[in-house]
Amino acid sequence: MGITAKAFKYGDDINTDYIISGKYKFKSNDMKAMAVHAMEELDPHYFEKVSENGGFLVAGKNFGMGSSREQAPLVLINSDTKAVIAKSFARIFYRNAINTGLPVVICDTDSIDGADMLDLDLAAGVIHNVTQGTDITFSPLPGVMAQLLADGGLAAHFRKHGGFNL
Amino acid sequence: MPGKTIAEKIFSLHSGTDAHAGDIVVADVDFVMGQDGTSPLAINALEDMGVKEVFDPSKVALVIDHSSPSPVEGVSALHTIMRNFGKTTGCTVYDVGCGVCHQLIPERGHVVSGDLMVGCDSHTCTYGAINVFSTGVGSTDGAAAMASGKLWFNVPPTIKVVFNGTLPQGVFSKDLILYLVGMMGADGATYKALEFSGPVIDALSVEARMTISNMAIEVGAKAGLMEADDKTIAWCKAHSDKELHPQSADADAVYEQIIEINTDTIVPQIAKPHSVDNVSPIDEVEGTPIAQGFLGTCTNGRLEDFAVAAKILEGKHIADGVRFIVAPASKDIYLQAMEAGYIQTFVHAGACVVTPGCGPCVGTHDGVPSNGENVISTANRNFKGRMGNSEAFIYLGSPATVAASVIEGKITDPRKYFR
Repeated sequence: MGITAKAFKYGDDINTDYIISGKYKFKSNDMKAMAVHAMEELDPHYFEKVSENGGFLVAGKNFGMGSSREQAPLVLINSDTKAVIAKSFARIFYRNAINTGLPVVICDTDSIDGADMLDLDLAAGVIHNVTQGTDITFSPLPGVMAQLLADGGLAAHFRKHGGFNL
Repeated sequence: MPGKTIAEKIFSLHSGTDAHAGDIVVADVDFVMGQDGTSPLAINALEDMGVKEVFDPSKVALVIDHSSPSPVEGVSALHTIMRNFGKTTGCTVYDVGCGVCHQLIPERGHVVSGDLMVGCDSHTCTYGAINVFSTGVGSTDGAAAMASGKLWFNVPPTIKVVFNGTLPQGVFSKDLILYLVGMMGADGATYKALEFSGPVIDALSVEARMTISNMAIEVGAKAGLMEADDKTIAWCKAHSDKELHPQSADADAVYEQIIEINTDTIVPQIAKPHSVDNVSPIDEVEGTPIAQGFLGTCTNGRLEDFAVAAKILEGKHIADGVRFIVAPASKDIYLQAMEAGYIQTFVHAGACVVTPGCGPCVGTHDGVPSNGENVISTANRNFKGRMGNSEAFIYLGSPATVAASVIEGKITDPRKYFR
């Protein structure tokens, strides 16, 4: 069971201020309204492009460095970003993404070009690049994180089990 | 079995297991903190979880510091949500003017050596300096910890950093951590704990140690731990009635890496725009004109930082065309700085002293730079847009470097003021 969508590709060390600028994230709790500003510092048209049919945010190393604010994964989810695929992630962003239900994949992203059509199978650990006809494999998420993601994030997990059930 | 690091010991103690790096444990937390940029989302997450009470109101605090006092209506509404949450749950709300969360949590005695705590702010690693495993988490993790008093953790491997030698005049703990960040890079310790030690750390005050632990996150680390010595224990006892349970690393603890640094030849360091690991010795940027200097933040807004800056600024005036913003890290520090005469020195020198809080550092209010301007700041981040304008350029340095630079209107090596 894969998710198929287009890749939108960016570079290394994308910090949480690029994902959602500080000038927006302090002023509101409305993630739908803030999502239109997602990735704005790097690409003013990100929201327009990704929200059309959904998409994958593809990046280099250390994606999500910086702030602990969950606005970062939440605006990506609300912009219809289906997953972030990067060479590596900053720790807090990685955990926040799982907690809020945004899939994160660690793999070598060099072969992916912007606008490639990708099919992501999280459980199998395979990205099929439909445009190039190639496959990239990755290690599926560890059990705890896979379980949280399957439950729809940490809040949903908590509600379902009445606390941690890990 | 090999010995354990500080991180492994604190996780063993709090999870009731024999925890080693790589283990996933569910552990009891001693304290949970949120600030005004993150607490409203944590309150939303608690609602999502169907939870109405916190596990122990005496172990939860919300701090209104990031946009404080509120500069706009939207922020005011978020602050109201936090105050109401405090009323309904009984947890502490530190309101406008109290100060920066990372100063208040240890200063008000909420955590002591050996504790495990999480905070909804990335610089929660600050309290590693007093032997607390403290780490930044997102709002949903914070909410789960507030609800249950527990959280799941991946026990991190540890990198040991040993500072040998002595600290030259005019060089401070901020310069040491900037040097290390430059050396390791912004992702040099991602998912790992750092353990800082050595004679240079031993000689530092607890406050100066906090400056180092504060910036552990700038190399991606989960915590920036130090052992509890006599100074730490005295500091904790002066600030808290809680029982201490200090944890030391075993002599045969397993480290992923040991980094040894000789500090004898370290000069003042500057992080250049737009990343914290873009560090160079001060001579490479000396003379860069500045429009604004900022002394404050959870990194360097403490009393001894003010003492160093006041010593340099005493009887002098900042350069024409320069603004100098000062924000004490807490109300207590503000009062102590007034009593010591530092605030008078700053104001006479031309400073603008603002409410204790985070505003200038995060760019919410109180000193947003203009397009093209250079700022020298004691903060911990210089990302593009960090101070509220992505067309400005932020340089990071020690309180002494900021004080010397505002006098001369350009980035200045502070060592000349110590001769």
